[in-house]
Amino acid sequence: MLLTPKNDALVTSLGGAVEDAVRGRSPWSDALIRFKRNRAAVLSVCILVLIIAACVAGPWLLPNAFDSTDWDAMSQPPTWKNYHWFGTDDSGRDLLVRTLMGGRISLMVGLMATLTSASLGIVWGATAGFIGGRTDALMMRIVDMMYAVPYLLIAILLITVLGRAFYLVVITITVFSWMTMARVVRGQTLTLRSKEFVEAARAMGVSTRAIIFRHIIPNLLGVVVIYATVTVPSVILVESVLSFLGLGIQEPMTSWGVLIHDGTSVMEISPWILLFPALLLSLTLYCFNFIGDGLRDALDPKDR
Amino acid sequence: MWSYSLRRALASLPTLLAVITVCYLLLHATPGGPFDAEIKVSPVVLANLKAKYHLDEPLWLQYLYYLGSLLRGDLGASFRYEDWTVNELVAKALPVSLAIGVTASMLAIVIGISMGIVAALRQNSFVDYLVMFLGNLGHSFPSFVVGPVLILVFAVWLHWAPAGGWNNFDLRYMVLPVTLLVFIEMTAIGRVMRGSLIEVMNSNFIRTARAKGLPMRTIVFRHALKPALLPVVSLIGPMVISVITAAVVTESVFSLPGIGKLIVNGAANRDYTLVLGLVVLITFIAVTINLLVDLTYAALDPKIRY
Repeated sequence: MLLTPKNDALVTSLGGAVEDAVRGRSPWSDALIRFKRNRAAVLSVCILVLIIAACVAGPWLLPNAFDSTDWDAMSQPPTWKNYHWFGTDDSGRDLLVRTLMGGRISLMVGLMATLTSASLGIVWGATAGFIGGRTDALMMRIVDMMYAVPYLLIAILLITVLGRAFYLVVITITVFSWMTMARVVRGQTLTLRSKEFVEAARAMGVSTRAIIFRHIIPNLLGVVVIYATVTVPSVILVESVLSFLGLGIQEPMTSWGVLIHDGTSVMEISPWILLFPALLLSLTLYCFNFIGDGLRDALDPKDR
Repeated sequence: MWSYSLRRALASLPTLLAVITVCYLLLHATPGGPFDAEIKVSPVVLANLKAKYHLDEPLWLQYLYYLGSLLRGDLGASFRYEDWTVNELVAKALPVSLAIGVTASMLAIVIGISMGIVAALRQNSFVDYLVMFLGNLGHSFPSFVVGPVLILVFAVWLHWAPAGGWNNFDLRYMVLPVTLLVFIEMTAIGRVMRGSLIEVMNSNFIRTARAKGLPMRTIVFRHALKPALLPVVSLIGPMVISVITAAVVTESVFSLPGIGKLIVNGAANRDYTLVLGLVVLITFIAVTINLLVDLTYAALDPKIRY
């Protein structure tokens, strides 16, 4: 290497980096640095935070209620008057507040169903991976079976039978979205079990409990976070499909799927009723997918 | 090969049985029955009716009767549609769904594979970006948003095709639904095809073929294509599930009188027996196609031995 002034500066800065590295970085802060380098993912986080903040705070701050009718403004295109920034629907309800309320429900279903299905998937996959043998084969066979089932139809059947309450929708979605997590966690558990550092810990006399909590779970957490992030948009999508078909959240409560359904029926006369919920839903899905990709790049140990 | 096929076929029976059992028990647990009419019939008549339909037998026996009728291909009677058995409703609706679904799947596979090949051979070209872009689009714009947009643009503004409905297999009515389904399915195929072909093109035997001086066309079509297609074949199983799901939405968007519309209406009307019959039927179709895909995969992949 030639020592030009430019390279000199480079060497100094590299030296600085080495010193930083000497101070020690946990795998998580390492991942954070890599995630921050991914502009699309960081932007997605910002947009998503904005959307969530708007959905949570918006309905409180705005003067219109989501279910009250403005008799002077039926099917009103977007306007500054009376805060109808997104316009109103054909029964005069303010679309901005309705879209934000719908976002609350859609996001809440998304987060809750992801939480439950991720928990189920982690427990199922980790158990299968740890026990191994016949139990493992049987448990994974059940996962395979679930994959071959046309889930939307069973979901329709469940909702027909059980009713359409919020928590039932969450449960129904959970039943059909935990399998990928289970597979991934099982695979990761299997590889971790035979890793040298686990053997080393065992040889040093670390207890099984400590191995699980200090070594296995932190290493599982990466894939869990990645797949949980990818699960959120797919779960929101299932909820929207169910609501779109008229089988999910019921009036006067609303969700993005319901709003899109309402929008399609009047899209020729008042396209904004379809436009805003559809845009917001797609933007949210886009953000979650980008964040998922960013996390995968940041947390995947293979890339190091 | 035959014993392997038989074993795989037997292995898919539990899936089917599990779905039927769970759904049957769920329906059985719901309150209300077909004889809860507003006009009260006398208890004796009710008992007679129940005896006729085996409703007075214990649950396991009723379940076995149900399985028996399924084996004979009888899906039962509808709760809501008078004069119609589930079989008759299916016979009317299934051809519609099949026409749309099969056409769309074929087109999606052909277009997806072609796009994947072009994208893999010309990386960073226009087609490559198009495949990636469409893939992202398909991820984030759900079918029930894309469908209405298609209607708005091609039916309402341009008047190229009718906005929905069905006219006895008139092609004009099939264009938009098929387009929507193809759009949803082809991107996944294109992406997988692209990825696997890139991987194959970088492998040693392709380098050897190049070193021999074979023309590009021979290399791709005679050497690279077969191994590169394997991941795509394994994708067809999940694709069938996704086509069925998408078909439910598509039929709702375009108001087609297919199975998907039937099941959504059935669910809205709480027509339990109809929904159960349809779920059983479609699960049977899905499991069968998955089985066929697995067997094809085993036949194609030289690494799998039986």
